[in-house]
Amino acid sequence: MALLEIRNLHAHVEGNEILRGINLTVNAGEVHSIMGPNGSGKSTLAQVLAGKDAYEITEGEVIYNGKDLLDMEPDERACEGVFLAFQYPVEIPGVSTNYFLRAAVNAKRKHHGQDELDAVDFLELVKEKAALVELDSKLLNRAVNEGFSGGEKKRNEIFQMSVLDPTLAILDETDSGLDIDALKTVAHGVNTLRGPERAMIVVTHYQRLLDYIVPDFVHVLREGRIVKSGGKELALELEAKGYAWVDEEIKTAAAAS
Amino acid sequence: MPDASNTLEQWEKQEYKYGFVTDIEADAAPPGLNEDIIRFISAKKREPEFMLEWRLKAYRHWLTMTEPTWANIKYPPINYQDIVYYSSPIKDEDRPKSLDDVDPKLLETYEKLGIPLAERAALAGVAVDAVFDSVSVATTYKKKLGELGIIFCSFSEAVHEHPELIKKYLGTVVPYTDNFFATLNSAVFSDGSFVYVPKGVHCPMELSTYFRINAQSTGQFERTLIIADEGAHVSYLEGCTAPMRDENQLHAAVVELIAHKDATIKYSTIQNWYPGDKNGVGGIYNFVTKRGICAEENSRISWTQVETGSSITWKYPSVVLKGDNSVGEFYSVALTNLCQQADTGTKMIHIGKNTKSTIISKGISAGRGQNTYRGGVRINKGASNARNYTQCDSMLIGEDCGAHTFPYIEVKNTSAHMEHEASTSKIGEDQLFYCNQRGIKLEDAVSMIVNGFCKEVFRELPMEFAVEAQKLLEVSLEGSVG
Repeated sequence: MALLEIRNLHAHVEGNEILRGINLTVNAGEVHSIMGPNGSGKSTLAQVLAGKDAYEITEGEVIYNGKDLLDMEPDERACEGVFLAFQYPVEIPGVSTNYFLRAAVNAKRKHHGQDELDAVDFLELVKEKAALVELDSKLLNRAVNEGFSGGEKKRNEIFQMSVLDPTLAILDETDSGLDIDALKTVAHGVNTLRGPERAMIVVTHYQRLLDYIVPDFVHVLREGRIVKSGGKELALELEAKGYAWVDEEIKTAAAAS
Repeated sequence: MPDASNTLEQWEKQEYKYGFVTDIEADAAPPGLNEDIIRFISAKKREPEFMLEWRLKAYRHWLTMTEPTWANIKYPPINYQDIVYYSSPIKDEDRPKSLDDVDPKLLETYEKLGIPLAERAALAGVAVDAVFDSVSVATTYKKKLGELGIIFCSFSEAVHEHPELIKKYLGTVVPYTDNFFATLNSAVFSDGSFVYVPKGVHCPMELSTYFRINAQSTGQFERTLIIADEGAHVSYLEGCTAPMRDENQLHAAVVELIAHKDATIKYSTIQNWYPGDKNGVGGIYNFVTKRGICAEENSRISWTQVETGSSITWKYPSVVLKGDNSVGEFYSVALTNLCQQADTGTKMIHIGKNTKSTIISKGISAGRGQNTYRGGVRINKGASNARNYTQCDSMLIGEDCGAHTFPYIEVKNTSAHMEHEASTSKIGEDQLFYCNQRGIKLEDAVSMIVNGFCKEVFRELPMEFAVEAQKLLEVSLEGSVG
């Protein structure tokens, strides 16, 4: 059974149809990249999977781990192992990253009937994971994302991902706003987390990130549909020929049939 | 509004019932207010003549006053003749001499409210002067404090045992003519706390009083007076809870603080009275006058308040910075949910040189709550090099609540240094989603975000109070989102 099965997913926001019939199967252990130009619906797909309620699902279904994902509240999805690394991580003034993350870890543990981690055990866990993405542990005592640089925010997302140990990780434009060194650090963190039990969906506009996080599959999203799928070489082809090339291909294919 | 003719009519009627009203054995005064009621209260408390005279002067002045209407609050007119101005759960003669003499049911109620008394108080290191329906029923730790020369007792007791201190300080910060509610309090105050910390003494524990309103239709008129003599330090905690009820209750308290040379007074409040139901029915009307004076140089007064209860809050804990180099602080969290209305803030009056004040106010509105910050900073002509920093933040939760800010600044000395920051934010959908996405439930996310917002104030609270304050916010915000 696939870890994630998206079937004919349609989603609206304020009357506009953004997703127009997405079909995608993701198995444990796989890394899928979703590419596409601005406005193609990449981020919408990521947010719909995480459960943002700004979107109205009009058709289709999403089965995650044998369960109806769309029927679950966002916090329940998170506790069941769905993690979204945000494109724009928000700031929460007055709430330290440590406090926030410990609440998250313990919410998940509670959900699974485990005892809560005490402060000492938690700090142990956090230290190790922070080193993974070279996140200064002093930042953890600061309020969530407050006054963090763009790079620090993105590293903080990957750091949280490593601590929360998700089954399905969705990375929404994690490369945006990163310089090359930060990109490498983030990619290293992500690669360390790859494993046979975990699947990842990497949403990106540019091929650049995929030099460092090499996907098993690449899908091209165009106007709310996946119009082309392939292996990692598809990303390179896209980089060389641009998204217009995909449109041409589709037209040619349509004319031929 | 006190209708003069109505009051007079009542007074005339009472005249005929003279014997009844002055029946010292009665456990409660009949509803209404006139000079006889005041004499009754004073007689019940066996007060010396000077106290009765003071009350009567206040009452007569009150008759000339009208209820203020400038605050940003709405409520039906209060009929001051419907209020019972004195009630006592037990007769004075039967006052318990120790906790063993206290009605176990009463102790049970305290237990339910989580109030640490007796051994629990001892363990927590807190001395409790519990006020139950206008009469103090238990005072602990008095002896230990007594050894240091610290006086911590009910106001009534202080009137008997330390009349010279009462005469010297009562009404020196909030005179009996001060304002409508303070004047009413001066006339009819039932009881309250009295603290005197002598020269050079640092009070070794937090002094704590729990107020609780119980009997139906009983106005509560607490009067508290705290004096820190030269070089003394004291921290006082005031926390309130009240049971559910369906009738509006007037509460008009007065607190006066006096800090002498090099003295420090820290006054912390958690106010959690019944806020009324979701339609605004019931709930306490809380009209409070709190003011402190930094009377001499290098003194310091700090107010910290967490206001989550009451249907109406009208309260401006203020500091008069008279002594040179004195410091005044005001840290406030005010939360309005349901149909609650709060009009609260502070006044900092800079008179002395090099005086410094800090104001941090956090207003949270949810439900149909209306939250107003009203602040006044005045720098007098002689107050050279005065400094004020004001930060005033509002947070809105939901669509039907409101936040309002009225800062008044009056500067008469050009060397003053003033800073004012203000912000209004809506609790973000994005923040909530971010927390949810990490597995944190909606209500937990709300309380986490709100607690973060209030952090600068909570860290000013003593440890155990800070924990209580966080819990209180959680409870008060239940059901405000989602």
